[in-house]
Amino acid sequence: MSSTPTSYQPPTKVGRIAEFVDQRTGLSSVTREFGRKVFPDHWSFMFGEVALYSFVILLLSGTFLTFFFNPSMAETTYQGAYVPLRGMDMSVAYQSSLHISFEIRGGLFMRQLHHWAALLFVAAMSVHMLRVFFTGAFRKPREMNWVIGGVLLILGMAAGFTGYSLPDDLLSGNGLRIIDGVVMAIPVIGTWISMFLFGGEFPGTAIVGRLYVLHILLIPAMILGLVALHLIFVVVHKHTQYPGPGRNDRNVVGYPLGPVYAAKAGGFFFIVFGVLAAMAAAFTINPIWNYGPYDPSPVSAGTQPDWYIGWVDGALRLMPGVIGDIGGYRQHFEFMIFNQTLSLNILLPALVPAGIVFTVLFIYPWLERWITKDNREHHVLDRPRNAPTRTAIGMAGFTFYCVMWAAASSDLIATHFHVSLNDVTYWLRALFFVGPIIAFTVTKRIALGLQRKDREIALHGRETGRIVRLPHGEFIEVHAPVDEYKRYRLVAFESPLPLPAQPNAKGVVDRRERRRAKLSKWFFEDRVAPVSPAELEAAHAHGHHEAIESAPAGSGH
Amino acid sequence: MGNPSDGAPQHGGTVATAGQAGGVFEDPGIPPHRLRLSDTDPKAAKRAERQVTALFIISVIGTVVFLVSYFAIDLGPTSTVDTIRTQNILLGLSTAFAMLGIGTGIVHWAKSLMPDHEVSEARHAVRNEDDRQAAVKIVDDIIEETGIKRRPLIRNTLIGALALAPLPALAVFGDLGPNATDILRHTMWAPNAQTGKKVRLTRDPDGTPIRAADVTIGSAFHVIPEGLNDLKENRNNEKAKAVVLLMRLNPEDLHISPGRETWSYNGIVAYSKICTHVGCPVALYEQQTHHLLCPCHQSTFDLTHECQVIFGPASRPLPQLPIEVDSDGYLVATSDFHEPVGPSYWEREYS
Repeated sequence: MSSTPTSYQPPTKVGRIAEFVDQRTGLSSVTREFGRKVFPDHWSFMFGEVALYSFVILLLSGTFLTFFFNPSMAETTYQGAYVPLRGMDMSVAYQSSLHISFEIRGGLFMRQLHHWAALLFVAAMSVHMLRVFFTGAFRKPREMNWVIGGVLLILGMAAGFTGYSLPDDLLSGNGLRIIDGVVMAIPVIGTWISMFLFGGEFPGTAIVGRLYVLHILLIPAMILGLVALHLIFVVVHKHTQYPGPGRNDRNVVGYPLGPVYAAKAGGFFFIVFGVLAAMAAAFTINPIWNYGPYDPSPVSAGTQPDWYIGWVDGALRLMPGVIGDIGGYRQHFEFMIFNQTLSLNILLPALVPAGIVFTVLFIYPWLERWITKDNREHHVLDRPRNAPTRTAIGMAGFTFYCVMWAAASSDLIATHFHVSLNDVTYWLRALFFVGPIIAFTVTKRIALGLQRKDREIALHGRETGRIVRLPHGEFIEVHAPVDEYKRYRLVAFESPLPLPAQPNAKGVVDRRERRRAKLSKWFFEDRVAPVSPAELEAAHAHGHHEAIESAPAGSGH
Repeated sequence: MGNPSDGAPQHGGTVATAGQAGGVFEDPGIPPHRLRLSDTDPKAAKRAERQVTALFIISVIGTVVFLVSYFAIDLGPTSTVDTIRTQNILLGLSTAFAMLGIGTGIVHWAKSLMPDHEVSEARHAVRNEDDRQAAVKIVDDIIEETGIKRRPLIRNTLIGALALAPLPALAVFGDLGPNATDILRHTMWAPNAQTGKKVRLTRDPDGTPIRAADVTIGSAFHVIPEGLNDLKENRNNEKAKAVVLLMRLNPEDLHISPGRETWSYNGIVAYSKICTHVGCPVALYEQQTHHLLCPCHQSTFDLTHECQVIFGPASRPLPQLPIEVDSDGYLVATSDFHEPVGPSYWEREYS
C-alpha cells in the first residue's frame, strides 16, 4: 500500500518488473485479497477441478486437431497410409481424420487424448454435480451456480455429440441418422428442422461443416463463459466446507491459497493431464478406421453412443412401439391427428425422461427451499446421511438415469450374459418405473441406519474388538470413547422437525401452504436426532449397555 | 484468523429444529495440529526433498523421450500400422511421465514440505444492506432521468421496435435448407418416367443385378437400385432411402394380405432396410425365425407377416417393395414404395 513510485525501490529484477506492472494495474490489491485466501480441502472437491482441467486439455488438443481436420463432405478416394481402406470412396472429413490418425506425428495421440478428455469432462461434471447435490451445496446462496452447472452439463453433452459426429465414420453417421429420426418425430416443425439441419435430405453434404462451427466455436465459447462465471461465483461465495470441529457457517477453514492449495490444485492439473495421456497412449478410443466411411446401408451390431448420450438412447430402446393386439386391432403409439402423423413411440422417450431429469435438477434448490422454508445461507455441507430424504431423492434420480443408461447396452448385456434380449428389455422396462422407488426406500433406510450408528459411536464410543469376561461370567466388548473432535463431527448437525402449515399474512392457511406442510412432513418425518450433551451424560452415568439401548433414539415415528 | 471457536453451527430462523432438550455440544475448535515426520525429522524432510527432485527429473526424462520419439519416427503415406502404434505409445507414455512427474512432484512437495496448518477465515456477507439501498437509489434516479415512466409513447414504440428487430435475424436462416417434404416419399425405385423402364435390384455395394434364380430359399441380399453407383451427386441421399433387403422364404410361410399378391415372386420378398423407428439400417436377418432385427434399438420385424413389428420401439411395419422378374430373368421393382420409407414424420400421410 505504501508503494509510491518515489519511495519504493525494488531490490531484485523480478521485483522491478512486478513494480512496473503493479503501478499500472494495481495487481497488489488482488494479491492481497487472494494470495492467502483460505480454501477448504476434501477429496470430493476435486471432481470440479477434474472437469475444469479436462476442459483445458480439450481446448489444447482440440486446437491441434483443427489445424489438420477438414470438415468437408465432398467425395474423395482414399490413397493414404491405412492400407485396408485404400481406393475407397469417402468424404474429405473422414479422409482428414484418417490423415490425422496415420500420417500426422502425434495426431492419433491427440485424437485419443481429445476423446478421452471429452469422456472424462462430462463424467467429472456429472460426479461433481452428484457431490454438490448429496452434500446440499446447492443451497442458498449457491442456487444460481447450481443452475450454471446444469447448463454446463448440457453444453458438455452437446459439445461431445457434435464432436463425435465430425469424423463422418459409419458409427457417427448412424448416430446422426438416429438424431434425424428423432427430430422428424417432432410435431408440425420436425421435418422442417431436419431439412434445415442437414440442408435438405439426410445425410446431405452440409451437416459436418455446420456441426464443426458449433463444435469449435459456439459451444466452447459458451462453456468458457459459463465456466468463468461459475468460478467467479465460487470466489464470491467462498467454498463450502464439510462439518467438523471449528467449522461453521460464518468461517471457512482450510489451507491458504499460497502456497499449499495453489500447489496442490496446480499439481493436480498435471496429474489429470498425465493420466489422460497414459489412457490415450494405452487404450484405443473411437477407432474410426475400423468402422469405415459413412454409408447409409451397413451398421455394426452392438453399436454404442459415447457414454453420456447412452441414457437418451436407452430411453428410445425401452419404449414399446407396439403393445400387442387388443380387440383384434394392433395397438401402437403412432397416432393420426387431423391426417398428420404423431409418433409418440419416439417423442415420449426422447423428451419425457430427459425433461424430467433436467427439470427436477434445475428447480430442486427452489423446491427444497419452499418445502423446508429454509431461507438461510448454508456454507457448511450436509453429510448425505444427515439429510436422508434428499439423499434418497438423489439416489432415486440416479437410479432412473442408470436404468436408461443400462438400456443403451441391452444388446450387449444379452450377449455377454447369454440371456434373452427381450427379457433384458422387459426387466429394464419394469425397473424404469420401480427402480427409483426401491432406490428411494433403500437409501433412506441406509441413511437413517448410518445416523443411528453415528449416535451409537457418539454415545458409547467405537468398538475396540477387545472382548472382556466380567467376574460374573458376562462377556462384553470394550468400547473406546471417541475424542471430542470426532464426536463433534458426529453430533453437530441440524435435524429439523416437519414444519406445520403456517398462516399467511391474512391469517389464513391456504391450500398451497397445506400442500407444503404435507411435503415438509414427508421430508422430515423420519429423523434421527443428533446426540445431545445430556444424553451423553446419561450414557456415561449408566455405563451399561441395555440402559442406553432402550433410551429413545429420537426417531420421529 | 485462527480463532476456532467463534460459535456453534446452530442458528435462528424459521426452521423448526429438533427439540434438543439436552442442549447442543460446544464446538471444540479446530483439532490441534499434528506434526508430520518431515516436520520433526530433518532426515525425513531431506528424503522428501530428494523424492520431489526425482519426480521432477522423471518429468524431464519424459519430455526428452517425447522429443526423441517425435523426431526419430517419421510418418507418411507409407508408414505401417506398427510404426504408428509404436509412436503413439511412446508419445503418450512420455507425455504421461512428463506431466505426472511435475504433478506428483508438486503435490508431494505441498503435502510433505509446505506448512499444513489449517487456518480459519471469516466469511463476509454476499451483499451489504448499504449497497442495496445505494443501488436502489441509483436505479430509481436513472429511470427518473430517462423519463420512461412519464413518456409511455416512447416506451411502447421502443418495445415494439425491439420486439420486431430480431425477425430479420431469424429470416436469414431461411436458406439453411429446403422445405420439401415431397422428396421424402420418392426413391430411385420408381420406373423411368419417360420410358417406363423398371429398375433392377442390384447387389450392395458392387451394383451387379440379381437373377431370381440366384435367390435360393433362406438366402438374403443387401440390395441397391441399379444406377445408384453411377450417380454423381446425392448418392448417399438416394442410398439412404433406397436400400432394400431381399429374402426368399417358402411361399407357404408368407402371409400375404389382399392387394399385395403380386408384390412378391416365388417367395422372394423385398423390404425397405431403413427402420421405421429412427432410421437405422435393419441389418440383421434371423434365418430360422424369419425375423429382421435393427441393431440400434432392437426393433424386431416378422418377415412372414409382412414385417409387422413384434418387439421393440418401432410402430410401423417396414415398407414392402413390389418386385417382379423381367424378360432376362432379373429382379426388378414393379413400382416405387407405396409409402415413405424410414422414420415417421408429421406430413407422412399427407399427399
